[in-house]
Amino acid sequence: MSFTLLAVQTLNGLQLGVLLFLIAAGLTLVFGVMDFINLAHGVQYMVGAYLAAMFSTLTGNFFLGLMLALPTALAFGWFLEILIFRHLYGRDHLDQVLATFGIILFLNQAVKVVWGAAPLSVEIPQILSGSIRLMDGLLYPVYRLAIIGSGLAVAVLLGVLVSRTRIGMLVRAGAANASMVSALGVDIGRLFMIVFGFGAMLAGFAGAMVAPILSVEPGMGDNLLILTFVVIVIGGIGSIRGAFVAAIMVGLVDTLGRSFGPVLLRAVMDPSAAAQTGRALAPMLIYILMAAILFFRPAGLFPAKR
Amino acid sequence: MRLTTKFVLPVVLPVLALALSSGFAAAQEKLKVGIMVTLSGPSAVLGQQARDGFQLAVKQLGGKLGGLDTEVVVVDDELKPDVAVTKVRGLIDRDQVNFVVGPIFSNVLQAIHKPVIDSNAFLISPNAGTSNFAGAQCSPNFFVTSYQNDQNHEVLGKYAQDKGFKRVFLMTPNYQAGRDSMAGFKRHFKGEVVAELYTPLGQLDFSAELAQIAAAKPDALFTFMPGGMGVNLVRQYRQAGLASTPFLSAFTVDESTLPAQQDAALGFFGGANWAPNMDNPQSKAFVAAYEAAYNSVPGTYAMQAYDAALMIDAAIKSAGGKVSDRNAVRSGLRKADFKSLRGDFKIGVNGYPIQDFYLVQAARRADGKLQTEIREKIFDDYVDVYAKDCKLAG
Repeated sequence: MSFTLLAVQTLNGLQLGVLLFLIAAGLTLVFGVMDFINLAHGVQYMVGAYLAAMFSTLTGNFFLGLMLALPTALAFGWFLEILIFRHLYGRDHLDQVLATFGIILFLNQAVKVVWGAAPLSVEIPQILSGSIRLMDGLLYPVYRLAIIGSGLAVAVLLGVLVSRTRIGMLVRAGAANASMVSALGVDIGRLFMIVFGFGAMLAGFAGAMVAPILSVEPGMGDNLLILTFVVIVIGGIGSIRGAFVAAIMVGLVDTLGRSFGPVLLRAVMDPSAAAQTGRALAPMLIYILMAAILFFRPAGLFPAKR
Repeated sequence: MRLTTKFVLPVVLPVLALALSSGFAAAQEKLKVGIMVTLSGPSAVLGQQARDGFQLAVKQLGGKLGGLDTEVVVVDDELKPDVAVTKVRGLIDRDQVNFVVGPIFSNVLQAIHKPVIDSNAFLISPNAGTSNFAGAQCSPNFFVTSYQNDQNHEVLGKYAQDKGFKRVFLMTPNYQAGRDSMAGFKRHFKGEVVAELYTPLGQLDFSAELAQIAAAKPDALFTFMPGGMGVNLVRQYRQAGLASTPFLSAFTVDESTLPAQQDAALGFFGGANWAPNMDNPQSKAFVAAYEAAYNSVPGTYAMQAYDAALMIDAAIKSAGGKVSDRNAVRSGLRKADFKSLRGDFKIGVNGYPIQDFYLVQAARRADGKLQTEIREKIFDDYVDVYAKDCKLAG
């Protein structure tokens, strides 16, 4: 286990973490502020990727495609909000889970009808298509660094937005006590709509950003959704800061655990048993992490004050 | 007048139609084929190719297989074994099909095998070919027009061995087919296996694994990443600058994934029983007709389903057009007296093919489309290793 390999894997973990944060930020706000379980958040990530793929093919330029995809993702989020989600705010969590699960099934099929079942691919934009030699024999695409950079930028922006602006104050207040905010004369319906649209756009942004490195295909958000829920539970529901810390943690633990777990185990047991155990243990690591954190802090790392 | 037409048409026409159709039915048997493939989910492309390949053959034969009017019923197994069992019972009991052609995936095959072979229908798999049904559990009513699952992986293992690769890195998804794939590769490869890496099924970002491959510096990578996983692995492998390390794969670089992999896959290797550039007249005609009809390059999935239709056609002909004579149809299927798109093709004792296998490589055609192309023959008239456990009389 060399130092460079460790560094590269840390970078990979960071990238997964940033990606998780982009999706989790919207989810934690919707869950925290509106007390609404939105399983369909993962498909909004998928829709963002499809929109980016479509628009960048149409315009022939990735950035132009991204610029068009973001408002469309926002509009689509609002469309869903007005059509479906709005009518579920007052219902209990089981109804919300059922309805949003239905949306997953519907949209996964719908993208297939619109764009076909075969995976789509998006070219890496020319300006970011280079790569850096990080270790012997391995090139690290600049584009992946760009994902980390843009994710961190969004994190800072969100941090400022939530802690320094009036709308951010309302969001924080909503997370602490939504009915009190409403009683003080704030149009809570409008606040919900803004938060929801913003969350949908962030998920769409994450999808659009990964389109050049991952294939765009039906159901691509389903696996990430589970990880995202782990992130917001660890971070404390409704907390942007918690989502950020937890996302980076989950990304690092997952990536490093998978690559170095078997190596570390080899120190204490024979190689074949270590490989076997490592293989079984690696996918469980983040859940073990979640269990451990919830044991000591049942409301997550940074729970919203209630 | 108006009144009479109103009454006469609805009453007389169906009666007339009924009389006509029953008259024909008495003169000639009718053939019903049920196609059960995966048509939804991320792997739907494979099922679409198989369905289209089969229907192309039926169309080219004038809507008749073995000279009988043929009705094709297509159902989607949704890649769910429980759904598949329910739907295959529908094909057998309600539609009363004579043949079930399917499925694509091995786990679905395990589920539908018994219901079909216990019925009056024959089961013909255009893709999945598991080891258990090739060996001790072989059945006289089950035929395969593709391969035994291990064989494509064995092609790469043999190639790596012949080529003199010393150290090979193995990576597959962590499920049964992934573990079988590694076993198949190691059957002929005797060099050092640097690592056996299992990734979660459905993983799309391989950056952590690619760093490990770069650190291990193997002579070659062997992998099995079907569908979207393969699309991502191939592109990221290229992006990571690892393409100078030979990329040996099975079901990872083929006509279902190449449209998304594009140039990233150029030069990468696979193992197969056929490729669109197969040099024989029937294969060339098939590729041209398929592309004209469906506007995409056919892969082995389409080829194997097309051959399944030809095999049914030949079997019914050899039975003299009598589908009801099951023994005659069965021996017709065993004879497999048709011009396979792969040229050399026989059915072995266990109902699985005896055929040649090739190393194939992704390449760009003159018209700009991507396809796999045959580079060298690895196995000649290859019988799968499980056939010796099958106790059917040949």
